[in-house]
Formats: sequence, C-alpha cells, structure tokens
Amino acid sequence: MRPLSLPLTALVLISTALPVAAQTSMRIGLQQEPTVLDPTSDATAAIDVMLTQNVYESLTTVDESGAVMPQLAESWTISEDGLTYTFSLVQGVTFHDGSAFDAQDVVFSFDRARAEGSVNPTSGIWAPIESVSAPGPYTIEITLSEPDAFFLFNLAQGDASIVAPETVDTNITDPVGTGPFQFDSWTRGDRLTLTAFDGHRDAADVGLERVEFRFISDPAAATAALLAEELDAFPGFPAPELIDQFEADPRFDVVLGSTEGEVILALNNSKPPFDQLEVRRAVSHAIDRGEIIDGAMYGRATPIGSFYPPHGPAYVDLTSAYPHDTARATEMFAQAGLAEAEITLRLPPFPYATRSGEIIQAQMAEAGINVAIENVEWGFWIDEVFRKKNYDMTIIAHTSPNDLANFARGPEYFYGFQSDAYDALWQQIRTEADPEVRNTLLQDAQRYVTENAVHGFLFQLPRLSINKAGITGFWNSSPVLFQPLAGVRFE
Amino acid sequence: MRRAAVNLWIGATLVGLLTIIALLSLVWTPHDHTLLSISNRFQDPSVTHPLGTDQLGRDVVSLLMTASINSLTVAFAAVGIGGLIGTGMGLVASARGGWTEAALMRICDLGFAFPAILFAIMLAAAFGPSLGNAILAIAFINIPIFARVTRGAANQIWAREFVMAARATGRSGWGITWQHILPNIAPILIVQATIEFAVAILAEAALSYLGLGAQPPMPSWGRMLSEAQTLMYIAPELAIYPGLCIVLAVLGFGLLGDGLRDLTDPRLVRSRK
Repeated sequence: MRPLSLPLTALVLISTALPVAAQTSMRIGLQQEPTVLDPTSDATAAIDVMLTQNVYESLTTVDESGAVMPQLAESWTISEDGLTYTFSLVQGVTFHDGSAFDAQDVVFSFDRARAEGSVNPTSGIWAPIESVSAPGPYTIEITLSEPDAFFLFNLAQGDASIVAPETVDTNITDPVGTGPFQFDSWTRGDRLTLTAFDGHRDAADVGLERVEFRFISDPAAATAALLAEELDAFPGFPAPELIDQFEADPRFDVVLGSTEGEVILALNNSKPPFDQLEVRRAVSHAIDRGEIIDGAMYGRATPIGSFYPPHGPAYVDLTSAYPHDTARATEMFAQAGLAEAEITLRLPPFPYATRSGEIIQAQMAEAGINVAIENVEWGFWIDEVFRKKNYDMTIIAHTSPNDLANFARGPEYFYGFQSDAYDALWQQIRTEADPEVRNTLLQDAQRYVTENAVHGFLFQLPRLSINKAGITGFWNSSPVLFQPLAGVRFE
Repeated sequence: MRRAAVNLWIGATLVGLLTIIALLSLVWTPHDHTLLSISNRFQDPSVTHPLGTDQLGRDVVSLLMTASINSLTVAFAAVGIGGLIGTGMGLVASARGGWTEAALMRICDLGFAFPAILFAIMLAAAFGPSLGNAILAIAFINIPIFARVTRGAANQIWAREFVMAARATGRSGWGITWQHILPNIAPILIVQATIEFAVAILAEAALSYLGLGAQPPMPSWGRMLSEAQTLMYIAPELAIYPGLCIVLAVLGFGLLGDGLRDLTDPRLVRSRK
C-alpha cells in the first residue's frame, strides 16, 4: 500500500486546491441491513441507525450525552405526582407526504403501539401508560399508572416514532415521517437513500442534500471501500484490528467512542451448573478481561465489572470484584463437582463474540473446564438461545440503554434469573423521580448483579467510527441506537 | 519421463508429505496449538516460530500441522463412507438390472441435484455445526458419484465373455460380483477415490470457512482462512499459509489420481505399445 499513498496524497492536494463547493452528498457504510423500515414494528438496530430522528421523529429526542431534548413536543409539564405529562406540540409540521401533523397523529401512534397484540418491539415503554388524549389540536396529555423515570427518554426512541394513519401500513417499505430527511429509495442488499426534506422546520440547518447508506457486512470489503474512498463514513466500524491502519492515514479521522453495549458471557441461570452461585463466581474468577480485550478487541474496549456503561452517571467500578485467579477458579469448580466437566458455549456470528469465545475457552480450560464452542447463525441464536433458553453459555452485547431492567424480566427471559429483591429494587429505580436518589439505587443494582455473578461481565462495546477527514457532526458515542444526521456536514 | 509418471510422482510426493506431517502432528508439534499468548501476536517468522504467530499469538506451524490431520480425517471418513455406500449401490444396480437399477440410479440423480453446502447448512441448523455433520454432508455427495462410476464400469465387465462363461456355469450374481466384477473395477474405484479425496479436502475447507466444520479449538485450514480475511491488510501471510496448504493438498491428490488413472487405463496401456 505504501507506494500507492504518495500519488493519492498528491491527488487530494490538487483537488483541495481547486475552489469546490462543500460536498452535500454523503455515503455511509453500515454493517447490518434491516428487513423492514418501520422502527415501531421491528427491533433491528439498523432501522433506528438510519431512520430514527432522521426520517421519523418522536415527541422528544436526546443529545450525545443522553440528555432529553424537545423534538415534536416543544415543551412539556409534569404534574406534582409525576403521573400526568402535558406536551405542547410544534405547529406547522408536515409529514413527507404533505399531510399535516397534529395531536391526533400522536394519539394514533401511541394507541397503536400500546394496543393489544401490538408488534411494538419495546413493550416496556408503553406498560406504564394509562391513557393518551388530545385536549387541543396541539396538546397531548399522557397519564401514567405509576411514575416512570425513563418516560421522556423512552419517548425519544424509534419505538415511539410518530407515524401518520394514512401511511402507517406502507412504512415497512416506504417510510414516511416528519424528519429532516425523506426516504428516496431502497435497493435490497445494496443501499438505501435519503434526501433532505425541504418542508422541514429546520431545513436551513441541514448540512446534507443526500445520504446514501451502503450495506457492507464484511469488514474486509468495508475496509477496501473506505480506502478506495467509495465511502465517506463508517460509523460502528466492525474490525478493531484495522484501526491502526486508518489512524496512520491522514485521509481519515478515527473516532473511538462508547456505546450502551455491555458485552457479557451470559450464563443460563435456570439450569445446572449455573444455577449455583459458586459456579458462576468461579467463572468470573476464571476469565481474564485484560486478555480478552487485548485479544478480541485489540485493546480498544473498557472492561466492565457489572452491567452498566462506564460513561454513565451512576457507574461504579466493580471490575476487581472477582480478580482473575485460575487456581481459585479450579478449586471452586472442583468443589462444585465440575472438574473436567464439559460446557457448551454457543456463539452468535459477531466478531466480538467469536473472538472472545476462543479466548474464554482457553481460559476456562486452564481452570479445568472443557468448553465446547458452537458457532451458530443469528436466526438459530435468536430461536434456540434467546427464545428457548437452550444454552449453557453465550456471548452477547446488550446495546439498549437502561438495560439493568433485564435482570427484572423474570425467569422466562433468557438469563433464567429471578430475584424478588432485585425486582423490588428495579421497581424502585423505575419510579424514582429524583436523579440523585435514582443513581444511588442504580449503583445498588450494579452491585447486586455483580454480587450474584449472574453473568461474566466482559467489556463495554466500543464504537469505532472512521470518517473522511473534514466531516463534522457525527456523535462520538451512542447513548441511543440512532444517529441524527441533520447536523452532519462536510467542512 | 512421461507425463503420467511426472503427475504420479509429484502427486505421490505431496500426498506422502501431507500424510507424514498429519501423522507427526498426532505425536509432536513445535508448540501446543491451543496455547494463546496475546502479547506475542503477529510475530514474524523466527527460530521458535518458523512461520510466526497468528492473531491470538498461537504458533502458525503447529496450527497448520494440526489442521492437516483434520482435513485428512474428514476426507478419509467422508470418501470412505460415501464410497462404500455408493459402490454397494452401483454393484447392486448392475447385478440386478431392470427396475432395481433404474430406481437406484434415479435416487442418485436426486443426490446429484442436492448441493453439499446446502445439505451441510441444513444439518448444522438441525443438529448444530460439528465435524461429524461436515463428514456426513461430504459423504452424502460422494454416494451418487461412486454409485454411477461403479455401475458404469460393472456393466462393461458384465458384458465380457469370461463373465458370461461364469454365468453359464450357474454361478450366482453375488458370487460373480465378488469374484470377477469387483477386482476388475477396483483400479477405477481407487482412482475415483483419490480424486474425490481432493474434492473432499476442498469441501471441508469451504464448510469450515463458513463455520460449519471443525469447531474451535480444533484448527482447520478453512477457518484459519476466514479468520485471516479481515487481517489481510495487516498480516496477509496468515491467509496465504492455509490457502497454500489447501492448494497443495488438493493438487497432490488430484495429480496422484490423474497419474494412477493414466497408469491403469487399459486404453492408454494399449496405445503405448
């Protein structure tokens, strides 16, 4: 590659010397392609990445720090008891098909999402809602059955997108919302194109005319496309081993951020041997996070000792709760009658999982446990591991915000974990309005799951982004699944 | 030297080397191939690591050696199983003739229509991916191949005068098959098996490239290749080594099969005289 880069740099120099207007068309690489384009009916993260807060908008949004900001609701008031929310909506907003936005669209969207038999992916958002009504054409009143500290944050998510009754049925292939970009075309297996929506209230501030998402699942192909400058940006670049190379190349900016994704060695708490606390603790002693992060992520990840992102306000460092100690783990496994036992590790097809798996296999072998690895397809994983709880161990990243809630999802959730004490704690966290008190409770929750060694906690999934030099506006970190593009531009 | 002999010798040398390396790996490799050492990753070739180390700091020579026994086992088991069943079917079809022959050959046509990779994915979806399932899938594609070759060759022998003589003396169909047919088609079967070995090694590499073959920590050339794919820009040699192993193994068995065929083919023998 080295002999090639000289003429390339020369070319770049020549082209920047010419007076060119700022580029307004951007090609963004994405690893995953969704099967439908409606975030209110499908949980695939790629839908949110492309469309939430770009094509679709919600009542609220969040900024890069995760703080709630107004969106289609320009302001709101909350009653003393924390049960009634009154939103006043922005006036003069139109959907991309030209129809006007008003309170009836909100009532329609929310009633549809929380209806009996709704396919909305996050029922937790809707569970606390008792009623949604429109006292005026631009006023919405929502009554909750119990206070919900995450309510405004939840309303910013793609699951709570505002859709129009006229176009709701065609949103899966032809999404229509009120956002700054409108859907242009989707070539399956190749690309999805958005164009700027002139009718948007902040259209003047949008830096891009046209956005093209290209679906490239193979990291090697993505690298080739970036090096050939067929892509302008790749947020969430999947291959940490290639970052060094891009960092050394002046054509690119490499951004290392964090995500909400806790990567865990999930243990099936509902069946032997992981129904025993001592065995789970032995696993935590057997694994060496430092080696996993070095080996699987090339050192580009932060270790976690519990199930909460290190950049969050309530984070408490529990990484030293179970120091790496092979001798101790061996003894603990032996005491539980597990010496020379064979345990299956089913791995979903993600590099962070398959790579960590091989290292964990070696570390467990040192502690006398035979781990059989099964690399499985994503569909098989969803069905067998996630739905049927048919596994001993697996490795998976949990990318949703506030997902300490997972431990209160009862024995049917694939963790197979249930604790009345934790359920009560989570109920308290969910209904606590004071952020200070809530953060203290969240720390208790982190300590609780670590104390019970529910899983092996590995590292926080990093967000590695590669952008062409001179692009501004991309978020470094992702507190949510979406990435607003209205502020992204070429300098 | 004649072309046939050259093929034979190159093929035999490559196959012989591969077999020796594979057998050696059972008792000795330079390092333990499961030994990870992250701090020693991507090392250049040295005296301790003749081909360097991979992305997890494992010794590449040890990995390649251990993977060769994996490849050979799969090829041997798959061709063995497929060959036995296929040859059996072919002999039965040829000995019985009539509707038995027609039915068996139509079953083979069905087998031909079914791609091995698809069959392996189906097995993996139903029973989870494993070495056993990879062997089954590759054995499955070998059945119709051997059945057809056996039937064709056996039918020719059945038409020869000495077989007719044997039949005239009242020998049973099975007796003739065992005493006259099988020995006479054995060279053809051996040649076919050698060539199918090459195909099986390639198929095993393809399956393990897709994660459907040997599971870690058992190394396989195909999986080494797929793991090296994203590392192409920083350590291209990690893809070249297993790739080269696959090429040489396939080439070796292919040339050996070719050479053996030239040696045993009666038409070629006659033309030489």
